[in-house]
Amino acid sequence: MSTVDRLSAGAVLLLAARMLGRDWRAGEQRVLAVALIVAVASLTTVAFFADRVGRTLTREANQLLGADLVVVSDSPIGASFGNEARRLGLAVTEAVRFPSMAQAKDRALLTEVKAVSSGYPLRGRLRIRESADGPDFDPARIPAPGNVWVDDRLLRRLDLRIGDRVDLGQREFTVAGVVSEEPESSVGFLNLGPRLMFNIDDLASTALVQVGSRVSYRLFVAGDMQGVAAFRNYAARTIRLGQRVEDIREARPEINSALTRAERFLGLSALLTVILAGVAVALAARRYLQRHLDACAVMRCLGASQTLILTLHVLQFAIVGLIASAIGCFIGFLCQYLLAALLAPIVSVSLPAPGWLPVLQGLIAGFVLLLGFALPPLFALRKVPTLRVLRRDLGVPDSFGISAYLLGGAVMSGLILWQAQDPKLGMYVLGGVLGTMMASAVLTLLVLRLLSSVSRGAGLNWRFGLANLRRHTMGTVIQVIALGLGMMALILLTLVRSDLLESWQRSLPPNAPNRFLVNIQADQIGEIADFFAGRQLQPPTLFPMIRGRLVEVNGKLVSSKDYAEDRARRLIDREFNLSWTEKMQADNVIVAGRWFAASDAGKPLLSVEEGIAETLGLKLGDDLTYDIGGSRLTAKISSLRTVDWDSFRVNFFVITPPGVLEHYPGSFVTSLHLPPSRSVVMDEIVKRFPNLLVIDVAAILAQVQRMMDQVVRAIEFVFLFSLTAGLLVLFAAVSSTHDERVFDAAVMRTLGASSGQLRAVQVAEFVLIGALAGLLAALGASAVGFVLAKQVLNVPYSIDAWIWLVGLVAGAIGVATAGLLGTAKVLRTPPMQVFRASA
Amino acid sequence: MTKQVSTGPTTLTILQDVSLEIAIGEACAILGASGSGKTTLLALLAGLDVPSAGEVHINGANLFALDEDGRARLRRNQVGFVFQSFQLLPALTALENVMLPLELAGNDGARAKAAAWLTRVGLAERLEHYPRQLSGGEQQRVAVARAFASEPRLLFADEPTGNLDSATGEEIISLMFALNRESRTTLLLVTHDEAIARRCPRQFKLVAGRLTSDEHR
Repeated sequence: MSTVDRLSAGAVLLLAARMLGRDWRAGEQRVLAVALIVAVASLTTVAFFADRVGRTLTREANQLLGADLVVVSDSPIGASFGNEARRLGLAVTEAVRFPSMAQAKDRALLTEVKAVSSGYPLRGRLRIRESADGPDFDPARIPAPGNVWVDDRLLRRLDLRIGDRVDLGQREFTVAGVVSEEPESSVGFLNLGPRLMFNIDDLASTALVQVGSRVSYRLFVAGDMQGVAAFRNYAARTIRLGQRVEDIREARPEINSALTRAERFLGLSALLTVILAGVAVALAARRYLQRHLDACAVMRCLGASQTLILTLHVLQFAIVGLIASAIGCFIGFLCQYLLAALLAPIVSVSLPAPGWLPVLQGLIAGFVLLLGFALPPLFALRKVPTLRVLRRDLGVPDSFGISAYLLGGAVMSGLILWQAQDPKLGMYVLGGVLGTMMASAVLTLLVLRLLSSVSRGAGLNWRFGLANLRRHTMGTVIQVIALGLGMMALILLTLVRSDLLESWQRSLPPNAPNRFLVNIQADQIGEIADFFAGRQLQPPTLFPMIRGRLVEVNGKLVSSKDYAEDRARRLIDREFNLSWTEKMQADNVIVAGRWFAASDAGKPLLSVEEGIAETLGLKLGDDLTYDIGGSRLTAKISSLRTVDWDSFRVNFFVITPPGVLEHYPGSFVTSLHLPPSRSVVMDEIVKRFPNLLVIDVAAILAQVQRMMDQVVRAIEFVFLFSLTAGLLVLFAAVSSTHDERVFDAAVMRTLGASSGQLRAVQVAEFVLIGALAGLLAALGASAVGFVLAKQVLNVPYSIDAWIWLVGLVAGAIGVATAGLLGTAKVLRTPPMQVFRASA
Repeated sequence: MTKQVSTGPTTLTILQDVSLEIAIGEACAILGASGSGKTTLLALLAGLDVPSAGEVHINGANLFALDEDGRARLRRNQVGFVFQSFQLLPALTALENVMLPLELAGNDGARAKAAAWLTRVGLAERLEHYPRQLSGGEQQRVAVARAFASEPRLLFADEPTGNLDSATGEEIISLMFALNRESRTTLLLVTHDEAIARRCPRQFKLVAGRLTSDEHR
């Protein structure tokens, strides 16, 4: 744009700025600006946070891995890999990781144990303290034999001090240091247990690595890029089943995906705000248009070209958009600190300062909103007929209709698809949003019609309020949907969530097993029975557990690459727990085939859990081949079962009849219910059998629930933006009908209405909107709750009266309050002033 | 009574020392050119606006000693209005528009009364129509019915025919005078139309905010 109507670009910009100043004083652009601020703030809050996590993952990749490359194996790796790495001039070190019970002062705690050899770690930082409040430092060595380094969690939970003794398996150690930073600690949801590190030379003396233990052997490699690349090639050629190579690029993929999913969810939550803000922007722009038709007609009369009018207004909106988006980014920057604080216990590493990319995202989002929702009315402004100067009833030009918002709809769909980062998920969300909106619109229209047919007998206020709502049916529907969606999100996260959790907890039998005992060796079975009997406790039933890897289906080799689904890949990569039994667990139900008969003993048959069969695409009659400690077992699927995992009983995905697996090496597992008063029995059993692992189900559930609470709080925080945007829609809608309200109030005043009566009419209208939105929110939240209960949690769901009551009352009171604040001016305008203006 | 409006540094005098007294049951016209201040005078007399100086007494009550709600109450009980641009509420049907003042006054049989008044102004068939579905003349009939429905002692009409063609205007004026006679209301009519003004026994003339004549016929 060089000149418009012979005005220089600078002159046009200046004129636009002056016009903006006038409009701003008149309050014309405020709703629009605030809507943009809220939308951008909500998006950037999440974007800044995601950026920080992303930076951590990149920056910390070495730290996460502890090397440039790691060979991971579930059996000892053998010397060849190390020899080859050394031949290539690379540094090499080894570690062995497994869960174990750490014991001290008659207490036992499930701990992630790591035996390291000298040189560990090759990459990343390791820092320890050697006194309770001393500074941490890089020890430049590994723990000396007989010593362990523990983390703060272990220290706290076993009430340890530096210098105290701690038992691990058959061996006693001294706590020599507290680890403040170490490689291989995770960013993400999996960082549950306390950690302990000791010298690999002490490993044998603990006698903890036994048949059936879940041990991860790790070979760390680091050096120059060429050497590492050569080693990667060698490793890729050489690895066997049960081994894999991890490098920086795919460090901890499972953590990445968990965090990515959380971010994506937060991002989509933020989008709800953007959608609602888009509606507010559209409403505000529409009012702007209506108020500027006259001025534009006059400008056209005075000789301004269509281009000049359009340019001036687009520039005005661009200035508002830029400033509002910048403010939104700043607020987002502040709010992400709060979000990070809310999620700190989950992220568990310190996050770096955020970068600038989210600012760009925020600015783009702000402009996209303006483009989609404010530009269509502006284009209409350009086409104002000059004749409107003489005939005001020559209204809004034709191009201003629903079709003008197709652009807005397209922009919004694009944003959703982009944020979802997955076409399928994006389409689901888009479909969900559209479906919910349409259903809400139909419901709102129905209720409005129903109400007006019964309103004849109602008082003046209700009838008048309802008449006002019906007069702007479209506006009413939009307000109800906007507020309803914001409220629904919050009701879901508060009331429905706690309802579901309670239902689920109630559905657990009170004496459901609360402890798992894992790693029981065959020669310990008798002693363990005696141990329980000696303490007047029923000896629990022990189930055999043999670890095997699925290698062939119907004679064809399988590999994780054959499967698209994450879960299927993991199942193929890891070892299964196989078991045998004659009698099926009480909570299992056969859904295909039949359970083993007594005559099946010794026959190679399998009973497979239905879910895993579905995931891996297995069916009745398939032959599966397992690699069990180097030897192969092929057996036929003779039944599919469902399992009630909520029962907390020991259950297996794959079971054979007796007489098939007995000669393979394995261990035993059991679950039992221990009343809280007897929990000390578990400390005693670990003291007696140090190789056992005790898994405290209640403690894990409590931990998971704490984490869920954190995540929910973060999501609630993001949804607060949505509620604000919903209120903005209300405010924008109220503003867009402001002139009519002022007129109505003036007429009523003239006819003798008191301020109280005027207010009552307004309140009735807003209470109706609020109650409708609340109704919608309660309905939506209950429906989602019902689906979650039936499909996901499998618990009965009872409709909670609270949800409806809270929805209706909070909606009515909240909206009435906000609405009254928005219309305070209506009551103050003297009637004559209004009539003169409208004459 | 005086009414001044300050616009920035200058003060504009719209009404200057206007003083008048109207007896119960009288029908008066306020005549004047555009901008002479006649609508402002009407607004002040009805308590829709506040004077810079002076007082208005209606049946002994000092209008401006009351607050906004007090004036509204007084209007509710004693005053009716007909406006140039009808001022019907677009969200309400004809019937509901007429019911409105009755309902605001807490009148019980509002629906029946309103229907009766609409029948009297010839709109019995159009009770459930919205203003936008009515012609200008019909809308003004609704406004007239609304004005008389609350049986006011005082009726203010501001250019009631200003937005109507002359035939329709004549109809409305005749209707208003007929109803006025039947209900013995005090009528105060603002107009720039000499012919309409002549139908009132008493006429005030306003020129540039001053009352220049007060004719009884």
